[in-house]
Amino acid sequence: MNSQTQRRSTLAVTAVAALVLSLTACSSGGSDEAGSKASGDFEYLSLAENTSVKDALTTLSTGACAAPEATSALTVTTQPQASFDQQLQLLAGQGALPTIFATGNSPEVIKDIHGAGQLVDIGAELDELGKSDAIIPAARSTIEALYDGEDYVLPTEFNVEGIWYNKTIFADQGLTAPTTWDELVSDAAALADAGVTPLAAAGKDGWPLTRLVGNYIYRELGPDALQKVADGDAKLTDPEYVEAAAKVAELGAAGGFGPSVGSIDYTTAMNQFLTGKAGMYYMGSWALANFNDEAQNTVGADNIGFVPFPDVEGGVGDSTQLAANIGVPLAMSESTFDDGAADWLGCIADNFGTTSLQDQGVVTGFAAEKGDDLPALTSTVLDQIDQADTTVLWFEALFNPKATTTSTSNAQLLVTGQMSPEDFMAAVQADLG
Amino acid sequence: MRHVLGDKRAIALLLGPALLVYTLVMLVPVVWSFGYTFFEGNAITGFEPVGLDNFTRLLHDPDVRTATWFTVRFAVLLTLVQVIVGYLLALFYVFVLRRSSGIVRTLVFFPVVLPTVAVALLFQQLFESAPRTGPVNALLEAVGIGSVDWFASGTTAFWVIIAMETWRSMGFYAVLLYAGLVDIPEETLESARLDGASGFRLVRHIVVPLSLPVLLSAVIFSINGTLKVFDSVLALTNGGPGNQTTPLTLYMYQTSFTYGEYGYGSSIALLLTMFCLVVTLVIFRSSRRDLTKA
Repeated sequence: MNSQTQRRSTLAVTAVAALVLSLTACSSGGSDEAGSKASGDFEYLSLAENTSVKDALTTLSTGACAAPEATSALTVTTQPQASFDQQLQLLAGQGALPTIFATGNSPEVIKDIHGAGQLVDIGAELDELGKSDAIIPAARSTIEALYDGEDYVLPTEFNVEGIWYNKTIFADQGLTAPTTWDELVSDAAALADAGVTPLAAAGKDGWPLTRLVGNYIYRELGPDALQKVADGDAKLTDPEYVEAAAKVAELGAAGGFGPSVGSIDYTTAMNQFLTGKAGMYYMGSWALANFNDEAQNTVGADNIGFVPFPDVEGGVGDSTQLAANIGVPLAMSESTFDDGAADWLGCIADNFGTTSLQDQGVVTGFAAEKGDDLPALTSTVLDQIDQADTTVLWFEALFNPKATTTSTSNAQLLVTGQMSPEDFMAAVQADLG
Repeated sequence: MRHVLGDKRAIALLLGPALLVYTLVMLVPVVWSFGYTFFEGNAITGFEPVGLDNFTRLLHDPDVRTATWFTVRFAVLLTLVQVIVGYLLALFYVFVLRRSSGIVRTLVFFPVVLPTVAVALLFQQLFESAPRTGPVNALLEAVGIGSVDWFASGTTAFWVIIAMETWRSMGFYAVLLYAGLVDIPEETLESARLDGASGFRLVRHIVVPLSLPVLLSAVIFSINGTLKVFDSVLALTNGGPGNQTTPLTLYMYQTSFTYGEYGYGSSIALLLTMFCLVVTLVIFRSSRRDLTKA
């Protein structure tokens, strides 16, 4: 009897202690609407696959951002990319978004969260901190094109896309880097005759193929061509849009992507190019990390050249309009935006670009100091970015998730001749509504 | 025992906890999901009532038709193959291997315990055509047929899924049907043999009718499992190329969690539930009729 009473009182004490602990935990971690803005941890939810942002933030926390780190410590949690959008939807649904987080796979998800008023207006906050120059103009224009003219994300990557080519293979075959689509097609034919895969492309993932369709549209019809589709002023089934799909399908039919393109995944395509089995490779500048890695790149970084997607004869657009994207940018949650988070934002604006470029070799949308020991290929890309006055997006950038899936999953059918260009564009247009 | 079960409070006490858990984890989500069919939206944007719009859309959506047709083809064909191959294996165990079938049964059953994703990766490698030539294509090239890009077209990818699922599940159906076959009294078989029945006639007139109940349970197991196929397709082809190997389950998952349309996703779930219910009812009814005949 005695021991039972004792056990009960122990239980009661434990329960009360747990309750008190959880209440204090809530008040320190969550937003405190009534009183002063006590700073909670600076929680970062990262894509498990992307380690560069995490590494850059960690480096900052022990160096340039030691001051904000002292009041609001950086904590990192990760979530695999495949289930990241679901995780964001779940957290946003519960009002439990972390302080700063990767925006997931589809721009649509973060637009929904922004629509629900859960995000910090980063553009306005940077203005208030007097750091509106922190984001470079090319990156700002990409952000605004992507997010309906608003800037509520941080460009922790800034990638330009184009065609990388193997200089040795081109020299051996007496070819020059393509400046027009017709040259690209004839180069591809020459490479195929020489037994080299002309363009390495991950047909399994689909998007490296639809990127070509999107670029062709921009070169043919100008930088606002896909915005018109998004606004409903043009349709993908219009003949001038179908032409882009038809040209890419023709390239595929002529063996431009090598055999069994539908079985090639991202890593395999990268490998084909870096081991000298492919002459060209359409990819974004995020691949610089792989190009600059001697273990992966057996053809040598000096041996790789870059050209923007070539011109289309008679087209309105031109090759100075580089295809660009901001990778998976970061957003900040309104409910946990306290003084500590604001200090962190200011510090990121000042230092993230330089740290990321010099330590990780990643080009970001932040202004950065180049340093002296930058790899030559990375410098080439930075020069291209400096020269670009207008950037264009990718094919699916303004599509809803369903049209994006339809586009990428049918791409391999398009280039293997199992789906006509008309049917391909009609299927995507149908999902756009 | 009768005393305990006659007491209503005892019944409530015994059933209560299980019923409560069942209600919370099964019935509430089912009713909730049914409720979603009259709304559209997701956890972030909130939900808006749309009346019967989701059902109208279900009727006119070409993707639903493609997915339903794939699901039906897949379920019917795989059920036939699984049960027939399983039955042949069971006959092999009982009449050919007899008492020494233990090790063969274990080996054939082994794929059942492997994780689906591992099996899918294995089959991707087996049927690979690029960048390396997989064993199947190497064999085809060796006999002069030439390599096939199995995952590039819906038709060939369909057959790879069927082959993979058969390999993965035939051991299970073989053991299930084996249990039914060993139940057939040896005397009955002996007297049939004395009457001159052997081989195919013995199986056709004695073994099949006597193992019909277990054969029907195998069919019900199989058709319900195959109608709800999800993980193996997701891991092997992810529904592609295009949506040519997308079953209803995968389309439902994509609609809800990739496209953020919980309402329409729930409507597809409802369609699938009705499908399974009708098929099971039809099989139950026909099985009852058959049993009385037997």
